[in-house]
Amino acid sequence: MSTDSSASQSPLPPAEISRDLLRQMLRVRRFEEECVPQYQAGKIRGFLHLYVGEEAVAVGVISQLQLKDAVVGTYREHGHALVRGVSARAIMAEMFGKQEGCARGRGGSMHLFDAATRFYGGNAIVGGGLPLAVGLALAEKELQRGGVAVCFFGEGAVAEGAFHESLNLASLWKLPVLFVCENNHYAMGTPERIELAGQGVCAKAEVHGVRARSVDGMDVAAVWQAAGAALAEARSGQPVLLECNTYRFRAHSMFDAELYRERSEVQAWERRDPVACFLARLESAGVVKKSEWEVWQQEVNAEIAAAVAYADAGTEEPAADLLRFVYAEEEAR
Amino acid sequence: MTVNSVDTTYREAVREAIREALLGDERVFLMGEDVGHYGGCFAVSKGLLAEFGPERIRDTPLSELAFVGAGIGAALGGLRPIVEIMTVNFSLLALDPILNTAATLCHMSGGQFPVPVVIRMATGGGKQLAAQHSHSLEGWFAHIPGLVILVPATIDDARWMLGWALKRPDPVLIFENQTLYNRKGTLQETGAGNPLQARVRRSGRDITLLTYGASLYKALEAAEQIALKGIELEVLDLRALRPLDETTIMESIARTHRVLIVDEGWRSGGISAELSARVMERAFFELDAPVRRICTEEVPLPYAAQLELAALPQVSKIVAVAEQMVSKHG
Ligand SMILES: Cc1ncc(C[n+]2csc(CCOP(=O)(O)OP(=O)(O)O)c2C)c(N)n1
Repeated sequence: MSTDSSASQSPLPPAEISRDLLRQMLRVRRFEEECVPQYQAGKIRGFLHLYVGEEAVAVGVISQLQLKDAVVGTYREHGHALVRGVSARAIMAEMFGKQEGCARGRGGSMHLFDAATRFYGGNAIVGGGLPLAVGLALAEKELQRGGVAVCFFGEGAVAEGAFHESLNLASLWKLPVLFVCENNHYAMGTPERIELAGQGVCAKAEVHGVRARSVDGMDVAAVWQAAGAALAEARSGQPVLLECNTYRFRAHSMFDAELYRERSEVQAWERRDPVACFLARLESAGVVKKSEWEVWQQEVNAEIAAAVAYADAGTEEPAADLLRFVYAEEEAR
Repeated sequence: MTVNSVDTTYREAVREAIREALLGDERVFLMGEDVGHYGGCFAVSKGLLAEFGPERIRDTPLSELAFVGAGIGAALGGLRPIVEIMTVNFSLLALDPILNTAATLCHMSGGQFPVPVVIRMATGGGKQLAAQHSHSLEGWFAHIPGLVILVPATIDDARWMLGWALKRPDPVLIFENQTLYNRKGTLQETGAGNPLQARVRRSGRDITLLTYGASLYKALEAAEQIALKGIELEVLDLRALRPLDETTIMESIARTHRVLIVDEGWRSGGISAELSARVMERAFFELDAPVRRICTEEVPLPYAAQLELAALPQVSKIVAVAEQMVSKHG
């Protein structure tokens, strides 16, 4: 894969939006960075997958969503939840296993949920979210609510049957769904070239009649633009796939010796850091001042510190509640 | 024939249940392979496409994983899907959404996302369909917390359980034994009560026979035959495999002090093993004899008629084991 996909050719979104995109990426970056010491301190346990390097994808896409839209993520979804509007403290508390968490501590890092923002998880089965998103889109269509279901997944999921079955179904039924492939070119340690035969992710979508576009996933402006167009199509009942070419700067999870890639490759991608590059672009365009950026950093640091304090102070759900919610506590409506 | 008593078949009872659900709630729809144009692979949904149209009687491609998962998503999104999987054998291609999504989401989300989906499928052998179309795997599904497992054996249950299932906020799986669809009978009630309660289908003082699905009729036939020899079986139709109605089971054992389990599933690790264990835990000191089980032999179900007969629980075997149980320990 090449790192030099016509960097920074995309038009800048309007100033207020550009500023928000940068700020959101900063929030995700800082949140993810803070997870590392919390994991090392044993506060966050289990599997932890960080999104550092891929921020432009979640931020670019989710910033284009409406409140009525539904979001389905993967196990690498802290950033998506955060940008969608789940509070940093509810996410951190979830990862600390506290009942103040956005899933009462029952899901952890890989299973963030939030009904208020229509955030349907946090799915740790590769490809598992795709059929779910198709069904959510079917409900949007049948109930004529005008929402779109957006589903994030890695290129690893493209090799799963669930991908093909889901795209076929969405296409047959003309469902308002946006499939966002976060192509970071590795599925754990398996590089894309020994994972996917054929002409790439978009070609696979197109054989199912799903319109597909590739975009530079390191450029938040490009993602934002492409997502806007894709969502408009999806909303009109034409399922769309957006392939975002990106890279994860850190290991797959906290258990990964990174034997499968060269340090130089990582460094080459790091030079295209979506946060740093967009900051530089906005500074030189006069959209963001250095002093503002410094204030934002302080604000975001404070937000994350408050999230950690909140999670620390959070309470443990008594074991007596263990069996709650295996079945719904309320009658169906 | 009165208003409350109609001659019908199990198949028609299921169809009426689906029709009623579709008429009563706009959010309800049926989806699955060949449910529309073909009329259902067991003709259950025949005529429904013409009556309700393709959005509510939705033919799916051959994609069990995706359409079961989509049914779950649609339920989360506010619809009330009835997902039909042709037979339990193909449900294995959809195990992931059933277990990893439908059964987990409510708990894993801290109660935020219950999944009100109903999944129906045919199950069972006895029609010489060989090893990929004959197995009874409902006991496997009963292993999974978060699911409700219904096994309607009677025409009344075929007619009324679905409406109950659609009102539940949780995923409900309904297993219809494929040998029952042609069964004729009279639909008598305007409801079948709580499906989670086991029913005594025949009273008797000597042995409690626990069974469900198509085996119920073998059990009743065996009870008829053995009654001539003065042995009385109390036949309990479990109706639900999760949760199990331990109260009704233990009440019956307190009367009979003997337990015979008849299950079309395999014996090792099956629902019969679970039932037996619960009896040990709760009624050990009530028992006058060891619990006995008649299950499908531990083979992939064969095609040849005599082999399939030998593999499945049969009336003669039930009679023989029941006789042993009273003579040895009586
Ligand atoms: C069905 C399934 N198979 C295997 C795994 C183990 N696993 C977790 S993440 C992963 C790699 C997935 O790669 P990709 O879809 O590209 O997403 P990424 O982690 O790169 O974001 C694997 C194999 C799993 N969780 N689910």
